[in-house]
Amino acid sequence: MPLYYSAAARQETCRFDGLAAVLAAASPERSGDQLAGIAAGSALERVAARRVLMDLPLTAFLNDPLIPYETDEVTRLILDGHDRAAFAPVAAMTVGGFRDWLLSPAADTAALAALAPGLTPEMVAAVSKLMRNQDLIRVARKVRVVTAFRNTIGGQGVLASRLQPNHPADDPRGIAVAVLDGLLQGAGDAVIGINPASDNLANCHALLVALDEMRQALEIPTQTCVLTHVTNALTLLERGAPVDLIFQSVAGSQAANDGFGITLSMLAEAHQAGQEAGRGTVGQNVMYFETGQGSALSADAHHGVDQQTMEARAQGVARAYAPLLVNTVVGFIGPEYLFDGKQIIRAGLEDHFCGKLLGLPMGVDVCYTNHVEADQDDMDTLSTLLAQAGVSFVIAVPGADDVMLGYQSLAFEDIAYLREITGLTPAPEFARWLEGFGLAGGILPDAGAMARRLGLPA
Amino acid sequence: MSAPDLRRLSALTPARVRLQAGAGATALGDLMAFQEDHAAARDAIQAAVDWDALARDLAPLPVLRVASRATDRATYLRRPDLGRQLGDCDLPRSAPPLLVVIGDGLSAPAVMAQAAGVTRALVALLPELAGRPVVLAQGARVALGDAIGEAMGAGMVIMLIGERPGLSVADSLGAYLTHTPRVGLRDSARNCVSNIHLRGGLSHAAAAERLAWLVTQARRIGATGVALKDESGSTGMLPQS
Repeated sequence: MPLYYSAAARQETCRFDGLAAVLAAASPERSGDQLAGIAAGSALERVAARRVLMDLPLTAFLNDPLIPYETDEVTRLILDGHDRAAFAPVAAMTVGGFRDWLLSPAADTAALAALAPGLTPEMVAAVSKLMRNQDLIRVARKVRVVTAFRNTIGGQGVLASRLQPNHPADDPRGIAVAVLDGLLQGAGDAVIGINPASDNLANCHALLVALDEMRQALEIPTQTCVLTHVTNALTLLERGAPVDLIFQSVAGSQAANDGFGITLSMLAEAHQAGQEAGRGTVGQNVMYFETGQGSALSADAHHGVDQQTMEARAQGVARAYAPLLVNTVVGFIGPEYLFDGKQIIRAGLEDHFCGKLLGLPMGVDVCYTNHVEADQDDMDTLSTLLAQAGVSFVIAVPGADDVMLGYQSLAFEDIAYLREITGLTPAPEFARWLEGFGLAGGILPDAGAMARRLGLPA
Repeated sequence: MSAPDLRRLSALTPARVRLQAGAGATALGDLMAFQEDHAAARDAIQAAVDWDALARDLAPLPVLRVASRATDRATYLRRPDLGRQLGDCDLPRSAPPLLVVIGDGLSAPAVMAQAAGVTRALVALLPELAGRPVVLAQGARVALGDAIGEAMGAGMVIMLIGERPGLSVADSLGAYLTHTPRVGLRDSARNCVSNIHLRGGLSHAAAAERLAWLVTQARRIGATGVALKDESGSTGMLPQS
């Protein structure tokens, strides 16, 4: 393989030292790649890198690993798990040819589902760099990934949501009020999932019990989760806590996962323990993963690879454990990685596209922090685009304001807005449950009775 | 429309709940309040700590002043790497068993409102802190505590740092405990106690209790981070009213 790649834009010939350099320079402008010192030095250089990428065979990513196979278990996971038979239909294509095929009618829902195990994270990251936002939406929309636990996520015409009832002191009654608020507005089918303010084991245990009691009191066909470290979830499972989904943040290199305090064998162990718990009713997808562009760089573990390709590799990690839910926390990581609304919107569409092509049940936390150049208008744009792109689920909190993590996600009424403009509906089991409570429109629900069943004084 | 008594439940959480089925578009008054809070949070990020006032607040504890290599706010926001590097300074290698560092982080109001109170509560619980200097660090990211701790030969470091402002709370403090601090440690080597503020978060006393418990356990097992599970008593988790 060549030691360097080159192509021209206008009269300028640009040279790139290796595959990682091509991918980095071909990426749309973003602050994280600039921070890492690997972004294109000029707009013309970016175009030249994309011209190199166009003509590269997809097999280049199998033959020339970006991070060495010998020293990185994520690379080993990706290459050892690559399905050559599934890859066969596109094996002779260049990245540019793959882009054209994805946009063609030949790449239909069935073809894309069959192809997913044959694609590596590097291939999908590479092709995304040749695609406009419109292309990312058009292709992702064709992909269906269906997963199940107590309800079914990802079916045709479904937009699910995570109800995120966080509280700054993990107060169970305050959490119950936020849960009620979300249920009244039709949120919570993907998961009712708390980010605990404290990882204290007794605290996490109490929260798991509280959520499980709420779910049972109202007989909600959904799953609950306390988003604590995978080793905590394993300990809590051993102690008999009601753990539905096992959560973990994952990244795209062994060293970055080390920064999260995890190894792949820990994830495999958790996956097995979750399945043995057997708490799902309509399915046994027990894992919930979050990823986010910039996490590898923030752990100084990106190996000179651009943040969007590292993100796709993180999705490659998630894929190995048959998750119920995967989402990018796209605007959460900060302005040093995604500087403004434009960069967040682009990254959200990329992450959704790449995850879907890899066969993941992709959701997005449509969000921003207060130190990023973004606001609600940007979130309206991204959420509206993602609903069109067929996103499996989005995250929502009361009034778009997460009072524990201190950032803005979507509001429950934003889910209602997205369903209104698109005609998308909640997961079917959950939609029937909403109808039973008169929450699907028409009959007024007895919200006071719901509150009392959640143990609230109403 | 929901029953009016349901709205009373909103007192149980600082979250912007509506408690109304089919609530529809956000009411314009709520939208203005949201925009006002966002504006205040944006301003908090740009604000500077009054280090002299903080030093007076900490007296009689002595203070040492340092700065990172992120020398202005715009650089600080885009270059976290510089916020982790210690600028030129002359710290004494006094090898304290435990060192408290106060960094501005993303919220000067958090440092002004909480840092001295938490430090005093820590000193009351941990006698090894008595009379020891507190390091005040400008332009600080969490990992700047590693560089400071290593330079001083500290056994452990507690970094008290302004958390990213949220809409409801712009003055929340975070605390990070790191055993054998040294440059290059990963975040999984720390334990965190977050959401220290007086609007429904952890009180200064409760945060100090949690930290003191972690310090004792860290000393016992010789490590912080994922190896150290927080199993302190759960009384500190009751909501602060």
